[in-house]
Amino acid sequence: MIISFAQQLIDGLAALMLLVSFALLAQHRMLSVLHWFAAQGVLLSITAAVVAYSSGHDELYASAAMAFLLKGMLLPWLLWRVIRQLHVHREVEPLMNNAVTMMLALAITLFAFHVIHPIENISELMTRNTMSIATACVLLAMLMMMTRKKAITQVVGFLAVENSLFFAAIGATNGMPLIVEIGIAFDVLIAALIFGVFFFEIRNTFDSLEVDAMQASLVDKDDES
Amino acid sequence: MPLSLQLALAACGVSLLAACSPLILRGHTMQRIALSLLLAMAGLLAMSAGFSGLISGGGSITLPFGLPWLPLHAELDALGAFFMLVIGSLLFPVAVYSHGYFRNEQRITPLLVFMPLFALGMMGVVLAGDALAFMLFWELMSVSSYFLVTHEHQHLENRKAGFIYLLMAHMAGLLILGSFATLYAAAGSFEFAVMREASIEPFWASAAFLLAAFGFGTKAGVIPLHGWLPDAHPVAPSNVSALMSGIMLKVAVFGFIRVVWDLMGPGDFQWWWCALILAAGSSSAVGGVLLALQQHDLKRLLAYHSVENIGIILIGIGLAMLLAHFGHPMLAALGLIAGLYHTINHAIFKGLLFMGAGAVLHSTGTRDMESMGGLIHRMPVTAVFFLVAAISISALPPFNGFVSEWLTFQTALMAPQMGGALLMAIVPFSAAMLALAGALAAACFVKVFGVVFLGHARSKMAAQAQEVDGWMQAGMAIPAIFCLLLGVLPVLFIPLIDAVPQMLLHVSLADSVHAHGWLWLTPVSASQASYSSPLALTGMIIIGGLVFWWLHPKGRVIRRSRMWSCGNPHVNARMQYNATGFSQPLRRIFWGVLQPDEHVHVERRFHKLLTTKVRYTVHVGDLAVKHLYQPIGRLTLSIARWLNTQHQYGIHTNLTWTFVTVILLLALFA
Repeated sequence: MIISFAQQLIDGLAALMLLVSFALLAQHRMLSVLHWFAAQGVLLSITAAVVAYSSGHDELYASAAMAFLLKGMLLPWLLWRVIRQLHVHREVEPLMNNAVTMMLALAITLFAFHVIHPIENISELMTRNTMSIATACVLLAMLMMMTRKKAITQVVGFLAVENSLFFAAIGATNGMPLIVEIGIAFDVLIAALIFGVFFFEIRNTFDSLEVDAMQASLVDKDDES
Repeated sequence: MPLSLQLALAACGVSLLAACSPLILRGHTMQRIALSLLLAMAGLLAMSAGFSGLISGGGSITLPFGLPWLPLHAELDALGAFFMLVIGSLLFPVAVYSHGYFRNEQRITPLLVFMPLFALGMMGVVLAGDALAFMLFWELMSVSSYFLVTHEHQHLENRKAGFIYLLMAHMAGLLILGSFATLYAAAGSFEFAVMREASIEPFWASAAFLLAAFGFGTKAGVIPLHGWLPDAHPVAPSNVSALMSGIMLKVAVFGFIRVVWDLMGPGDFQWWWCALILAAGSSSAVGGVLLALQQHDLKRLLAYHSVENIGIILIGIGLAMLLAHFGHPMLAALGLIAGLYHTINHAIFKGLLFMGAGAVLHSTGTRDMESMGGLIHRMPVTAVFFLVAAISISALPPFNGFVSEWLTFQTALMAPQMGGALLMAIVPFSAAMLALAGALAAACFVKVFGVVFLGHARSKMAAQAQEVDGWMQAGMAIPAIFCLLLGVLPVLFIPLIDAVPQMLLHVSLADSVHAHGWLWLTPVSASQASYSSPLALTGMIIIGGLVFWWLHPKGRVIRRSRMWSCGNPHVNARMQYNATGFSQPLRRIFWGVLQPDEHVHVERRFHKLLTTKVRYTVHVGDLAVKHLYQPIGRLTLSIARWLNTQHQYGIHTNLTWTFVTVILLLALFA
């Protein structure tokens, strides 16, 4: 009974995860993007904790704690600090009409379900239903990277891809070995720090954080040389 | 290990030694001596390996080097022995010739490294007993010949030719690799011995055949895959051109026979394979000679003749494939012998022609026929040898070209009715193409010999040309003697080649050839056709002697005047036929095929009727280059440019490509 309850809980969390991914895509303001990103981290840690409790893999608690601290707190805060210090225009600038993006996202989600469904039938794990949602989340995060102008939103997209992969790992195999997870967590942290440093440098060099502006000035330099 | 294989491996070893010799040998003369001495030794060893392999059979060994789990094998069978003979019989005279030719060559070290490596590559391909060794030596041959082609790399033209050559050689290598991979999939081993035994499904056999045909066809210069050939041959040093045209193209023919006849075998043939080979052979024979006729660069002209002769060889081999497929092994053996006979003939006379062209180039400093003329007076020895080769390539008795083309004709004429209407049409068609190619080749060499050696000198260089030295003369004398011997004594030579059809088709022609003694060559039976070269030669000598005696009776005073002056003393060099003018009628006849770019420029002064100057220029391009190579090149470039912009512009574009790739892979494999 408790297993089936846990399964329902995990399925519910997975649904929320998908919702958050859509929400990330739909936001207009940078601040709310970060809010939803933090929410995604928290959701991840809750999922990890639930799986740990129901499957008895104790090391997943550590993963859950790490996800909460790192992905729910630290990373959003770091990014927020960057935005504040650099005085980035606090609006998300999409390359594509938002409605079109959402339609695309819907299609991608359907596609992910269609592709992953045959695999789910093989799995014996109680978390197997989350596989397709995790895949959908990865693709949605990639879509976010593709359709946003600002470098920061692309970094958020990149981190969201990582979150979704983490989610997929929990769903598919009850989490990766702890040592791997710690390694990845640190990698992501370092990546975020490096991104932060880069933003400063890029702004100093190009006077902008928009990807197009960087290209424009690179192309100009090519022409001069 | 049998003697023949020992000799063959010794030839390879001597080549390798020659390639390493610049490490210890310094100084121009020393290096030149090493190059010609060691190459000549390798050539002699290869020849003797070929003879002993054809007479007493070969063998195979596992070489002590190679990858630990994939040892290399060397194998000398009748086919390999025959091609060793081909290699040796040209390598030896070229080595002798090189001693004179490189006398004034400044940078001899690269030649000393790459010429023996090139020879080693060719011999290695012939000796290879597994696909790995074959590809290794094949690439060695391609790459080292690239360095020889670009030897005079200070000229842009040479670098361009080298690039195209390297590109097409690699494309060919890739296709051949694909062919071996297909065979490997069927056999499960790289060894030729295993591949021979393995059976292969018809579909995969066709795939392997097509890959091999296109791969080896590119290397052999079959139209329309010949694009590299007319560019690469003229720019290489002439003795290298002799080796490339004389032997390297034959090594491609060898590879084709090895894969299609030996590794797959006549049981796997399908009728359209044979039709494809016959069509390729016919189009190469006629296309090559038509383009050759329109050239005025001597070596470029010879390069196009290589295309023609490869076509003739392929007609013989294609006929043999067709006959073997429809169950006429005796006639198939005849076709195969015709093809192989032409292979060795072409190696010898084309080598001689390139050496002759090299001698002319050496003395006049130009390859342009329009600035030669009258060289027979200043270079009589070269002229005689060149004439021998020209008669041979024009397929006139008593020299060797006639024998092999005659055998090819006999095969085509004796071929019974086979298959459907298309096949019934294609055999006489290819015979007709062969006849046309032969006639055009004769016309072309009348032009070459007339313009280069006869008449008056068209330039100062030609007027001051000197005869080449003894080494070069000796290098040209040897193949000229071979031309005569192969032409006069085919009855003694064919039983030697007979080992190859014995190996591939398990039938022998030796009895029927020998049936009427050494004097008469009777391919199948005397009631159908026979040819006696010695008698023809005797007849020609008698008639020629009589004519000479009648024209030059004793005691009559002979007055020499300027040639072709028709009694008019005021002729100058510009009033004689030149190369462009000579080929004008044929250019008219084959207008549609050649599509020449002609311009007549008339200059009038003072009055519209007072024409002061008429200038005619013509450019005959290669249609394959114009309609096949350039579009492919443009397409590749535009794709590359588009990809380049995709690389430069946009993180978003790159991300989108990643995304699309992920989605596609998911859709494909999930």
